[in-house]
This record gives sequence, C-alpha cells and structure tokens, in this order.
Amino acid sequence: MGELIMKDIYILAIETSCDETAAAIIRNGSEIVSNVVASQIESQKRFGGVVPEIASRHHVEQITLVIEEALKIANMQPNDLTAVAVTEGPGLVGALLIGINAAKAFAFVHNLPIIGVHHIAGHIYANALVQPMEFPLLALVVSGGHTELVLMKEHGSFEVIGETRDDAAGEAYDKVARVLNMPYPGGPHIDRLAHEAKEAVEFPRAWLEDSYDFSFSGLKSAVINYKHNMDQRGEEIIPEQVAKGFQDSVVEVLTTKTVRAAREYNVKQVIAAGGVSANKGLRTSLEQAFNREGISFIVPPLKLCTDNAAMIGAAATYMYEAGVRGNLAMNGVPGKELINWIK
Amino acid sequence: MIWLGIETSNAPLSVAVVKDGQVLAEIVQNIKQTHSVTVMPTIEELLKKVNIRSEEIDAIAVAEGPGSYTGLRIGVTIAKTLAWTLKIPVVGVSSLKVLAANGQLFNGIICPLFDARRQNVYAAAYKGLQLEKIIEEHHGSIDELLLRLDQTKEPILFVGLDVENFKDKIIEQLGDRAYFANSSHHLPRASKLIALAEDQPMPTIEDVHTFVPKYHRIAQAEAEWIKEQKKGNQ
Repeated sequence: MGELIMKDIYILAIETSCDETAAAIIRNGSEIVSNVVASQIESQKRFGGVVPEIASRHHVEQITLVIEEALKIANMQPNDLTAVAVTEGPGLVGALLIGINAAKAFAFVHNLPIIGVHHIAGHIYANALVQPMEFPLLALVVSGGHTELVLMKEHGSFEVIGETRDDAAGEAYDKVARVLNMPYPGGPHIDRLAHEAKEAVEFPRAWLEDSYDFSFSGLKSAVINYKHNMDQRGEEIIPEQVAKGFQDSVVEVLTTKTVRAAREYNVKQVIAAGGVSANKGLRTSLEQAFNREGISFIVPPLKLCTDNAAMIGAAATYMYEAGVRGNLAMNGVPGKELINWIK
Repeated sequence: MIWLGIETSNAPLSVAVVKDGQVLAEIVQNIKQTHSVTVMPTIEELLKKVNIRSEEIDAIAVAEGPGSYTGLRIGVTIAKTLAWTLKIPVVGVSSLKVLAANGQLFNGIICPLFDARRQNVYAAAYKGLQLEKIIEEHHGSIDELLLRLDQTKEPILFVGLDVENFKDKIIEQLGDRAYFANSSHHLPRASKLIALAEDQPMPTIEDVHTFVPKYHRIAQAEAEWIKEQKKGNQ
C-alpha cells in the first residue's frame, strides 16, 4: 500500500486593518516562513493616534514592497503557494481595502484561492504558531480596539462570552498615557512606568458582578479626575505611581475574570492575544494565575502580539482545510463579527 | 502590445483591453456599487471575453487622480499589484485628462471637473486634439476656476457627472460661451485612458513599487500638523 503523502500548505497572508502593512508566508498553519511588517508608528505618532486617511495612504506606498519581501525571505515563487489570505475585518475600512484588493489581484493572476480572515481570529491563532491549540480553549483578546473573552470548543468555533461595554483596554492605556504626557502608543510607556513604582495610587476596579463583560471608561475617568484634583491643589503627580495604580486595576480585572471563566468552562488551555498581551504586567499576572490553576497558558512572542500577517496566515490555514473560500468580489467589512467558520 | 486600463477615480468604473492600438473590449458602468467589490470581477470578466490571460498583458494604465481617495486607492492598488506580480510597467494618467478626452473634438477649451465639496473642485483645462494643458490639474474654488476660464475668451466645454452641481454658476459667469457635454460624455473611458498612456513615457518595472495616487491634496490631519509645526517655529 502506498503511503499517503500530505502536501504542505503554504499561505501568503496580508494584513492592513490598521496602521501596519504586513505580509507573511506560513507553512502548515504552524511555521513562520517569513513575516514582514512595515509599521507606520513614526508617521502616526505626529497625530497622537492613527489617522485613517494617513494609514490608507501609507498602505498603498508599502503594499507591493511588503508582499515582495515576504516572498523573497521565504525564497518562494507565487506558484509555490496554496492560497492567499487577507484580513477582511474588523478594522479601518480604507485600510482594509488596500490589503484586500492587493490580495485579490495577486490571487487572480496566480489562480490561487483567496480566504478572508477575521482580524481577531488571527490574533487568537497567533498562538497556533507557538504550540498546538487544545480545546476547549479560552482566549483573552486585548488590543487597542478589543477586549473580549472568547470560548472555542474546536477550530473555527467562537463564542464571545464577555466583551467591553465601553473602551477597549488598549484605548484606555493610550488615553491614560496622554494624561501622563507620554507619546503614542501609550501602552508600553505605562507598562514601563508601572514597573518603576513601588507604591500605587488606588483606582477603582469595574467588576460588573456576574458578567464576563469589561468596562474601562470609569477607570480612565478616575485617572483623569485624580490628575485634575492634584493640579488644582498645586501638587505634582508621580507618573510612575499613577501608571502602576491604573495598570494594577486593569490587570487584576482581566486576570480575575479570565480565571473565573476558565474554571466555569473547564478549559484545557488559556491564550492571550492582541497588542495589550505584549504588556509585561498582564503577561506575568496571567502566567502566575494559570500556574496556580494548573491550566496551560500561552501567549505569543511580542512581535506576534501586535498586528502582523503571520497570525492571519495561521488562521487561514485552518479555514482552508475547512473548505472556506472567498472570491474576487470580497469587500472590507469594518464591523465584521467573529462568527464560526465550521458549520 | 496588450494594455489593460483601469479607471476608478470616482463613482463610475471603466476597464478596457487594447491590443496593438485596437480597442478589443471596454466596460463602462455607472451603478452605485463599491469599486472594491466590482473591479476585480470586472477585470476577470473582460479578459475572459477577449480571451486574454493576465500573463499576456504588457502594460497597465490607471487613472492616478485626482478623485475620490478610496476610489483612487482601489484602482491604483489593483494596478500596481497586477503590474508588480506580472513584472510589467504601470502608467498613471490624470483622471481629469481621461475625462477631457471625451471632448477631444470640441473646438475650444475642455474643462473636466469633479466636485470636491464646499464649492471646491478638482479641475483642469485642455485644448485641442492633443489636449494641450491650459490649466494644471488642481484643487481649488469653483469661483476662481470660472474667473480663469472667463479670461480665455474662448468657448468652454464642461465634462463630468459633477458639472450639474455647478451648472447655474457656470452659466452665470460664462453665459453662452459655456457648453455642456451630454451624459454619455460624462463617464470616463478606460480606452481613452490607455490611448493617453501610450503617449506618455513608459516607466520601468522598478517604478511600480513607488507608484501612488496623485491626490492633489494632503490629508487634513497632515495639513493641521504642518500648521502646528510652523506655529511652533515662529
């Protein structure tokens, strides 16, 4: 009897949902062959945040260079590829459209299937590039645009069991950083400052009782009010202590709720995903908590936490295997919902 | 020599294939559908119709602006991705000039324009078969444009779907020197785009990566940022 030879799956993935122009090639959903990211941070820093029109203009400048670089590093030709994947949403619509139209044009010329990937599914699947995912699985997705707890019973199955009711965690970080006169993006600065402080200013925690939902706008206002009151009294704030107080509140709420959900749903694995999972304070707290719980915890390396195309390629591989296909009429879906790709 | 032309600078869409100077096929449409959805399927359909594979294309012509920022980026992104991966050049042509070519036979000045809101337009003016440039492609007020056109003392043909928005003003300023193209001339044609591209110098394939739309306006946030910097330096 002849041996069944499995053909390797090579996905070219493209991601342009916000301010990174990225392309990657992923082998069999688990191995990064190349991973290229052109960041716009230097440009967007001028505006203290991402300006959509500027983001779109930069994407057009970078898109073919980034894809070419991904192929070059991988030392591959288009006909070595199995499929092309691209972030379909959520994200900035004008930004998404650059990646999507480049992906469609490329797929058309080389007669490759095209797969539209949900950005958050991508963040979750960044972990498949670290170690195999085990189900049931709980993902804590924290970024500038998202704060969600997602339960996965198998590949391609997503149930959002909790989400933010107002600001995303990363958004709160950026706003507090602005109060402390830190440059954009603020997260890493707050994280660094927080680690320099011994004492913390006490800020409230929003527990929202039984729910797995989150809220960070109250905390953000508390920080702003604190600064305001100190200013009025003519007193100097100690930025390190404010940062620590803020970060302690965010991390404690995120950790406690994730642990509670992991217990309730009896999950085998917990994963962190999204830009804020690069935060040292949060990583350490989750690691310690799940060590105590005896539940496997994975968090992607830093460069896979922020936006990248490798994660899109990882998710797309499982979608490809499940038979998911897009077509040349694919459009950007800025408010795309995280829905199952398995039936 | 086989050309593919892509025009998505405003609401209408046009795609054409020209082989050795002959228009093989052209699609012109003006339906309210987003270019992101329609352009690639339209290119696929057109190439199938003329029985040409993408690898047979020798050059791509694209309307480079001005126009709707998103529309321009969709056309340019598709054009440069196709050109890069097919290793062929991409030639950018002013989207105003493409529109002006619809009035090429007019004996006088041809003024294509796009509404840029708040009584502003993207406009230019050309003359004769060769479309000699009388007024540069620019972004500015409609009043100023009409004053400049008035000084020419020539008959002027207005072309473009947005002309309707300014018709009263145009007549007020120019009276019976103003002519208005009929509706079939208001839609840009990718075959004209290719004809104009053929008259331009052919860029190298290395130029594909750096090809970007000509917006004729910096982004608002950038304009404000520059203003702030100037203030800071004073």
